Amino acid sequence: MLFGTIEKTINLAYAPDAEVGDHVLVHVGFALQRIDPEEAARIWDILREMEELQDLEVATQAPPEVPA
Amino acid sequence: MKFIDEYRNPAAAHALAAELARITTRPWTLMEVCGGQTHAILRYGIDRLLPPALRLVHGPGCPVCVTPAGLIDQAVALARRPEVILCSFGDMLRVPGRQGDLLHAKAAGGDVRIVYSPLDALALARREPAREVVFFAIGFETTAPANAMAAHQAKTGGVKNFSLLVSQVLVGPAMDFILRSPGSEVQGFLAAGHAAAVTGVEELEKLCHRHHVPVVVTGFEPVDLLDGILRCVRQLEQGRAELENAYARAVRPEGNAPALTMTRSVFEVIDREWRGLGVLPASGLGLRPDYADFDAALRFKLGAAPSGGDEECQGGQVMLGTLRPDQCPAFGGRCKPEHPLGAPMVSSEGACAAYFRFRGAPEPQ
Repeated sequence: MLFGTIEKTINLAYAPDAEVGDHVLVHVGFALQRIDPEEAARIWDILREMEELQDLEVATQAPPEVPA
Repeated sequence: MKFIDEYRNPAAAHALAAELARITTRPWTLMEVCGGQTHAILRYGIDRLLPPALRLVHGPGCPVCVTPAGLIDQAVALARRPEVILCSFGDMLRVPGRQGDLLHAKAAGGDVRIVYSPLDALALARREPAREVVFFAIGFETTAPANAMAAHQAKTGGVKNFSLLVSQVLVGPAMDFILRSPGSEVQGFLAAGHAAAVTGVEELEKLCHRHHVPVVVTGFEPVDLLDGILRCVRQLEQGRAELENAYARAVRPEGNAPALTMTRSVFEVIDREWRGLGVLPASGLGLRPDYADFDAALRFKLGAAPSGGDEECQGGQVMLGTLRPDQCPAFGGRCKPEHPLGAPMVSSEGACAAYFRFRGAPEPQ
């Protein structure tokens, strides 16, 4: 497993569904859960609904095309 | 890192804080249970983003802080035995018992080693068959599956020179105790996300219905914490008291079945002493009789650890949320990380350590 750039061996007995490329929650040498990407994205839906995320929107959207 | 950096996004944090300010109409007191959350709140200044009416108090979810002084004394006594290698998580070493700490025992010649995982201690026992390797097995539900696996592998592998000095506690009974304590002002909980990743949410849901307080399972990054606080305040403002999962990317409602199965096969629920809080019924785990051979307390005939032992430290009040760390008369003066009066000032998850590290010592009077 990679922690940023540090590589460590982790016991997967408690995360049998984890696959290569997954992110997992690790505690004292054990993977305790696979991080669910869909659930991870949900907070951004909530924030967008609040329509207050203007700074973030600007940062993540491509600049609008300038008509020639 | 993915799933971490984006949860530290300042724009998102400020948007959540603005929404919180918009919906908060009166004073509320919330408790974040886990010491890791306390440190994140102080580190990122989350408490300073909140509307003035909103107060966060800091809970007992610091495993090192709640390990009784009497058990630390037993660990120190074990470390002084020439045949013993005492293995512990790092932040336990400077926590004072009544007769010194593990770092002093190490300085005096005891073989004390810091390990990252209980399995590292087990591997050490296999490499050193002539020594007795004792792992100081402290922690909450999050750590119990790892400690259970170490005991299980020692048993199935026939490792005779490995044992556990157990101080496993359960967060649910402590939350229950806090709500029953006279003087407690807690109106809503941010429950510890990592513990819930193991246990699931069922017990938390019962707690929330029993006491009619909102409980929001919450993560550890700034956006997670503000989202948890927002959901909790929204419930309070609307008169609801429900279990909400704001850390669903890591917490499934049913928890982690293989981890729970292993924990239950090795440990049973027992009464436990919590440092600063006293003995709480059915609030901890002890090794089942099947695993008695791996119980360091039995192997070394340690007997029951004497209770109490903190005349000067008010950590109990801090962990109940009735005393803010920087309101303690000893904070930053007689009690500092270099010479702590109690555990919350030294542990990496202790509330007093968080205030000292991120807010500094109080101005001299």
